[in-house]
Amino acid sequence: MTKKSLSARKNDLSNPQKQLEILSNGIFKDGDLPYFKDKIAETGISPLKPGKLEVLQLNLGYMCNQVCSHCHVDAGPDRKEIMTRETMEQCLEVIRKTSAHTLDLTGGAPEMNPNFRWFVEEASEAGIKDFIVRSNLTIILANKKYHDLPEFFKKYNVHVVSSLPFYKKEKTDKQRGSGVFDKSIKVLQMLNKVGYAQEGTALKLDLVYNPAGAFLPTNQELMEQDFKKALKRDFNIDFNSLFAITNLPISRFLEYLIASENYEDYMYELVNAYNPEAVKSVMCTNTISVSWDGWLYDCDFNQMLELKVASSVKHISEYNEDALQDREIIISQHCYGCTAGAGSSCQGTVA
Amino acid sequence: MSKTYYDPADLRKFGDITEWSEELGEKFFDYYGKVFEEGALSAREKSLIALAVSHVVQCPYCIDAYTKDGLERGIEKEEMMEAVHVGAAIKSGATLVHGVQMMNKHKKLSM
Repeated sequence: MTKKSLSARKNDLSNPQKQLEILSNGIFKDGDLPYFKDKIAETGISPLKPGKLEVLQLNLGYMCNQVCSHCHVDAGPDRKEIMTRETMEQCLEVIRKTSAHTLDLTGGAPEMNPNFRWFVEEASEAGIKDFIVRSNLTIILANKKYHDLPEFFKKYNVHVVSSLPFYKKEKTDKQRGSGVFDKSIKVLQMLNKVGYAQEGTALKLDLVYNPAGAFLPTNQELMEQDFKKALKRDFNIDFNSLFAITNLPISRFLEYLIASENYEDYMYELVNAYNPEAVKSVMCTNTISVSWDGWLYDCDFNQMLELKVASSVKHISEYNEDALQDREIIISQHCYGCTAGAGSSCQGTVA
Repeated sequence: MSKTYYDPADLRKFGDITEWSEELGEKFFDYYGKVFEEGALSAREKSLIALAVSHVVQCPYCIDAYTKDGLERGIEKEEMMEAVHVGAAIKSGATLVHGVQMMNKHKKLSM
């Protein structure tokens, strides 16, 4: 498993333009598979427009203590892009007046941002209904200064959403790095201990399952049952819900698909699994994604492909919800990842 | 034309068989889909049976399809290999049980 980001390896695929070319050429250009815009036009959706804004998702930086092989952010210890306090202050202004009910902090490992705790304290005062931090879990054990994060999360009633690709060690470590499973288990136990996912508390702990390879997730409910049974039996761990997320063909997962000669089959599978019901509730219709440097995107994936919102308002410093709501969502072939089967979003299935 | 009898890319064209016989093709795929639904057996159990049978009938398309199906369902590789052994055991048993016929014939022909 590689220990460096595409960016540090100066790999061609660290260039979003290159990724977009791959996603538009070959099987799509040759007409073997339809472009996403043509496919959704069949469903009567053209162009794709936002519905009600529900989620404001902030990327606090691409730095991470892990280098997961499927990471669409191309995050890692070698990434230095971190949201500054000035940008955070601009975000707080928006959080105080947004109509979104959910604030979703992601990264990288958002906890590695030096202003993370200050920001959580400030943001929690804005009275947002659901306050999510996406934690990779292992960060909590990575350094003494993070050991008390479960207590900190509890104090601010943070809804913790954690990646755990599988309830067994082998598949988890293959995707996320050696030793990640054992550490993740330990941290989940710590979270349970302070009250997460325990009866009588409102502290929510959800897990994210994503396939460890070139295949799609199966039924989210069945997978949740398997996870709950296995984690309770083997480690006495409780959690609330499991989100099954499809890996999108960008960044390091795209690199893996191409290197393992799975790219074409995977794209065929995504297109064949296209679900018109899912396209009606894809997350870009209810989310705004903000990058570490304050630019606005339709989703976290478009952020990584550097496809800024098609709006007169493009930066958090000039945020205007009404103007943003009037935009057209930018799409490409990676979007098939969110419309396959039961659909996929940062909150799991959508259809 | 492909220069080999099996091309992995042909698997995704399986549905095309309906083009040359619409009624029968549709009936087959309806039946196929129904067979694999949750029933008295779970879809997971059916996936493992399909994987074992795929090996016994030595269908490379089916092996690809049901290995992936198993991965999607979270079926462990140890479970998949045990299923293949079940198929192999029945197949070798089917060969060996004919040994009784050989013995019968041998006894009949011998003084």
